[in-house]
Amino acid sequence: MRHKTVIVFILLILGIFLPSVMGVQRFPKPEFESGYVEPETQFPVPRAEFLAWMDVAVLLLSLSLATFLVLKKRSRLGVFWLSLFSLAYFGFYRQGCVCSIGAIQNVTLALFSGSYTIPLTVLFFFLVPLVFTLLFGRTFCAAVCPFGAFQDLVAVKPMPMGAWLNAFLGMIPYLYLGLALLFAATATDFIICRYDPFVGIFRMNASFGMFLFAGVLLLSGIFIARPYCRFLCPYGVLLNWLSRFSWKHMNITPAECIQCRLCENACPYDAIDFPQTKKDPAGRRKQVNRLILLALLLPLLVLGGAWTGGLIHSTLSGVNSKVRLARLLQTASVSKDQPEPPEITAFRSSGIAQQQLMAEVATIEHDFLTGSRIFGGFIGLVFGMTLIGLVRTPYRTDYVPNRGTCFSCAKCMDYCPVIKS
Amino acid sequence: MDKQNRRQFIRTGIRWILFGGMALVAGDLIFRKGEPLFGKNRKSGPTVWQLDPAKCIQCGRCATNCVKTPSAVKCTHAYSMCGYCNLCSGYFKPETKTLDTGAEKQLCPVSAIKRTFVEDPFYEYTIDEALCIGCGKCVKGCGAFGNGSLQLQVRHHLCDNCNDCSIARNCPSGAFSRVQLTDPYLLKGFGKKNL
Repeated sequence: MRHKTVIVFILLILGIFLPSVMGVQRFPKPEFESGYVEPETQFPVPRAEFLAWMDVAVLLLSLSLATFLVLKKRSRLGVFWLSLFSLAYFGFYRQGCVCSIGAIQNVTLALFSGSYTIPLTVLFFFLVPLVFTLLFGRTFCAAVCPFGAFQDLVAVKPMPMGAWLNAFLGMIPYLYLGLALLFAATATDFIICRYDPFVGIFRMNASFGMFLFAGVLLLSGIFIARPYCRFLCPYGVLLNWLSRFSWKHMNITPAECIQCRLCENACPYDAIDFPQTKKDPAGRRKQVNRLILLALLLPLLVLGGAWTGGLIHSTLSGVNSKVRLARLLQTASVSKDQPEPPEITAFRSSGIAQQQLMAEVATIEHDFLTGSRIFGGFIGLVFGMTLIGLVRTPYRTDYVPNRGTCFSCAKCMDYCPVIKS
Repeated sequence: MDKQNRRQFIRTGIRWILFGGMALVAGDLIFRKGEPLFGKNRKSGPTVWQLDPAKCIQCGRCATNCVKTPSAVKCTHAYSMCGYCNLCSGYFKPETKTLDTGAEKQLCPVSAIKRTFVEDPFYEYTIDEALCIGCGKCVKGCGAFGNGSLQLQVRHHLCDNCNDCSIARNCPSGAFSRVQLTDPYLLKGFGKKNL
């Protein structure tokens, strides 16, 4: 016994001088005499693959049902109950992952990265709602997305926001989408998931900041219906544009609009377009001048955006962990009295040459420069197009849902007195 | 062709272009490497997060960065690698003289390692997963002076499998990666068939 302890101690001292590589068999496995049986290391299995396919099936079924309820049955009550189910299933049971909104980033990463292969189920989560929207409008938002369902529950006293406020806040999702694409394409981060406000509530576990964010969204959601969907959701941008060209779309009235104005205040999301029969209310000349001015301004906005994007590219690339490591390595030698950051410890022990890292980082920085310019130009384009959209006054005779912003939630239908004969 | 019909025509055209675009994206993702994702050597199953113990430096961030409290990363004991040492450098703080189970002598801040006598001079060490917070202190100790049989792993019955793993984002050594669901665990010096 004493002998063994001494040997162990000697070995321990030797161990200090040996390279501390893990998994070194310093002490041989003992040969037990008492008939001791070594326990087996337990490896609990992850969630089975067929359950992931079940999620896809539930998505398909609930989307079909939502579409049927909105377009055929015109039943708000049905949509409501289905949205509760989606909140329970995709929200509280599946805990929000993987969702269609976040899948944007997986698709982008898979398109740009050579090493990442997207799971088929995630691809389905991304594509199925898009296809449905291109066919039937945003029925996904109406009753399948748990975020929408959650916010619909708290929208007690929605207030109209006005066209300009709606348009300007409506640019945030483009900004968010642009950033998410930039960070996903450079394999930097999935910011949509990182700043997902509701997943913390589904899991009843999040940082204080994220709970605060969710609380602010839900509280403001009492007066501003669906604030996340309208002014943040990056997937909503895609759905918005697909819905504009959809094959079918729900309508407020089942037959002919009789201009009774009963639905004027029906939509909590300001998604009803009012009739506009007077051509150019501001005057023909003034209108044409405005549009020409904006059309000239548009390329300037795009160029200015791209230029600004180029300026801020190094701030954006600072989010990337490799870029951060490289910058840490360059500044680390200055402050020697502080403990070494674990990033540097890990890098030193990894045995990768610093030149190799720097070369990699140079490529990433270059990608960020290109990406930031495209991102900036895109934001300029969005800004210009928003202005043009505000000035345009398309001719319209009836009260119709705005195909882009309408969530197909069927709330307006009950306001329409027209009965299909 | 009147105005209404023309609009309808353009709308239909754009719709088909959008369909085509989506089909292109899907096709590119599915057939990228000249082999369909659902082929025989398919790699398109759901993914899970894996911690590579060879890269791990036990910085302690697994304990603090997981969205779950306590973390879904836990110490996993590969018994087949263990030396069953009496003076276990994963269990005892350095410079511990009397080898008993006093809390002040243990490296583990939550006493999640159970030490049981097997036969002279061997002791078995078991991880109590309900207590373990995944800080990696024992892993560091075992790796530095012992066999390295204590290793951190993502425990998949606890992991929520976030699309953007919060630990992976903060891992200083890049030890986290997405792997196929069929091969979720990775231990150093441990036969793959056992996992």
